[in-house]
Amino acid sequence: MKYFMQDLWRRFTGNRRALFFGYVLLFVALALLPFLLSNTVGRTWVRILDFALIYAMLALGLNIVVGFAGLLDLGYIAFYAVGAYTWALLASPQFDLHLPFWAILPIGAGMAALFGVLLGAPTLRLRGDYLAIVTLGFGEIIRIFLNNLDHPVNVTNGPIGINKIDPISIGGADLTKTHELLGIVFSGVHIYYYVLLILLFLTIVICVRLEKSRIGRAWLAIREDELAAQAMGINTRNVKLLAFALGAMFGGVAGGLFASLQGFVSPESFGLLESIMVLCMVVLGGMGHVYGVLLGALLLTVLPEILRSTASPIQRTLFGEVYIDPEALRMLLFGLALILVMLVRPTGLWPAPKRRTVIDQDIVED
Amino acid sequence: MDIFAQQVLNGLVLGSVYALVALGYTMVYGILGLINFAHGEVVMIGAMIALAVVSALLSVFPEMSPFLMIALAGTAAILVCMSLAFFIERLAYRPLRNAPRLAPLITAIGISILLQNIAMIIWGRKYKTVPQIFPTETFELFGANITSVQIFIITVSALLMAGLLVIVHFTKLGRAMRATSESQRVAGLMGINVNKIISVTFMIGAGLAAVAGILIAGNYSVAHYSMGFMLGLKAFTAAVLGGIGNLGGAVLGGLLLGLIESIGAGYIGDLTGGFLGSHYQDVFAFVVLIVVLVFRPTGIMGERVSERA
Repeated sequence: MKYFMQDLWRRFTGNRRALFFGYVLLFVALALLPFLLSNTVGRTWVRILDFALIYAMLALGLNIVVGFAGLLDLGYIAFYAVGAYTWALLASPQFDLHLPFWAILPIGAGMAALFGVLLGAPTLRLRGDYLAIVTLGFGEIIRIFLNNLDHPVNVTNGPIGINKIDPISIGGADLTKTHELLGIVFSGVHIYYYVLLILLFLTIVICVRLEKSRIGRAWLAIREDELAAQAMGINTRNVKLLAFALGAMFGGVAGGLFASLQGFVSPESFGLLESIMVLCMVVLGGMGHVYGVLLGALLLTVLPEILRSTASPIQRTLFGEVYIDPEALRMLLFGLALILVMLVRPTGLWPAPKRRTVIDQDIVED
Repeated sequence: MDIFAQQVLNGLVLGSVYALVALGYTMVYGILGLINFAHGEVVMIGAMIALAVVSALLSVFPEMSPFLMIALAGTAAILVCMSLAFFIERLAYRPLRNAPRLAPLITAIGISILLQNIAMIIWGRKYKTVPQIFPTETFELFGANITSVQIFIITVSALLMAGLLVIVHFTKLGRAMRATSESQRVAGLMGINVNKIISVTFMIGAGLAAVAGILIAGNYSVAHYSMGFMLGLKAFTAAVLGGIGNLGGAVLGGLLLGLIESIGAGYIGDLTGGFLGSHYQDVFAFVVLIVVLVFRPTGIMGERVSERA
């Protein structure tokens, strides 16, 4: 059966016309998906899909740092926070600045990349878990500052967060409002879905190309053996910093989009648990494999939502009443799923095709 | 009352609890190279079990001696946590011993989420107050006030740490543990049952965690299903600060982190001219950690690891 499937897959990808047809089919399916969802299970699911796309971008960014370069980052959400707050400060009544999105997007990306280098520079000598704990500390530091920078000078509005963030608007058309185009009604979440889809597609292309580029190969070399990579003439300092900066940049862009979609940011959204969540997406999906990470991100954002909406109805039909708090049950099943998936597939659901030893056995025995 | 002495004292009390938890992290890390993310949750379970036992005893035998009560509660908590750790290791870590390094990290996170939510279902979302079973007395020491609970905390943790050091350095079991952390394969060739040693290591760590949970709940007089997470994180930070894998380092790191936190919280306002308040105590702790690691990338007492063995 397995060989049959493999053979089928090879024939399919070998046939250019079939491949083209497949891409067209995928494109149409993705374009119609929000309409299908809003007409069957409701508009909230399109919104969930939007967040899934943002998380996918975030996970792909972390994949550069953890998956490609093998640097375990437990504070990745800090860059997401930097991007989100950059957007929030430059396009909200907080300072009464209302820059257009095409100006903020590069500023946010640049700010996040700058923070990436700031984190990367002092930690270049650290390896493995020492790096992990420093990145974790860095993430907490950013969050604590966001939480407390409301006095003596009010910058971030403290734990309350920043409200009324401008949405993306193109040519004066607010993208969160409902628009009609060619007789089809697009509501805000639908439009955001397409914008995010395009950006995610760009991210995927960049990631795939990066992996195959000279830099990408340098990252993989560092991941496998830093000393050997150095001996081969790779400037490990610059290449590692680049991994931090590029990874952070994607996080920053995702954060900005999150702020504009949500219209509101607060430090609460950028806790350690969020960092861990994104790391879970990367590892669960298949570290270092772009499509695997994509799968992990989509699963881990959509699955908890499905559990949330089915946890109490299922209990009610089975036992007649709700015994376990649906929120707790959801997290319970989520934790269980993490454990089971890792036990069954330790390299992730969809690992990179050639099974490589990933940041494996850093401390080699004997 | 001398404020500085008081901050130092509070720091030592907090630090000795951190040290107890950090020992659990560092022992597991020394042998398996695994960040046991679920360790903080074991601390919480320990506190919750002890609290449940004490409340039950208080309602049935209100006249019981507080020492007997705390001994019973402690024994129950230690036993539960040890068996919990045994099963966690067996089910979530052992099958992944030869898997990529991040796989057991993810199962550890899964276990942590699982335990937290089970605790929430059993004990509810509210903060639980810890009954005062000991009469609280306050003594004066070097110009600082010390309560009987604080004396108890420092004594118990000092005894446990000394006991652990004796076990690791002077018993056959300890020698087997050290051999296993050097090299599992060679230790196996020398006739050591490596799997058993790893299980025992997890269980000793969990026992210490249970005690730490009871102590911290006693110190703050509250327990909560999410209390383990941040505590575990701080303890892991302490272990890294001291040099992970090194027992003395964990104790040193724990005490140091406790001191940094409490002194930092007291003086950070004066240091920055009132710009940063005591909310920034965690920032202070993490900045110290980063600075230490920049100059000593393997922690204060960590050994220099060669690039490749």
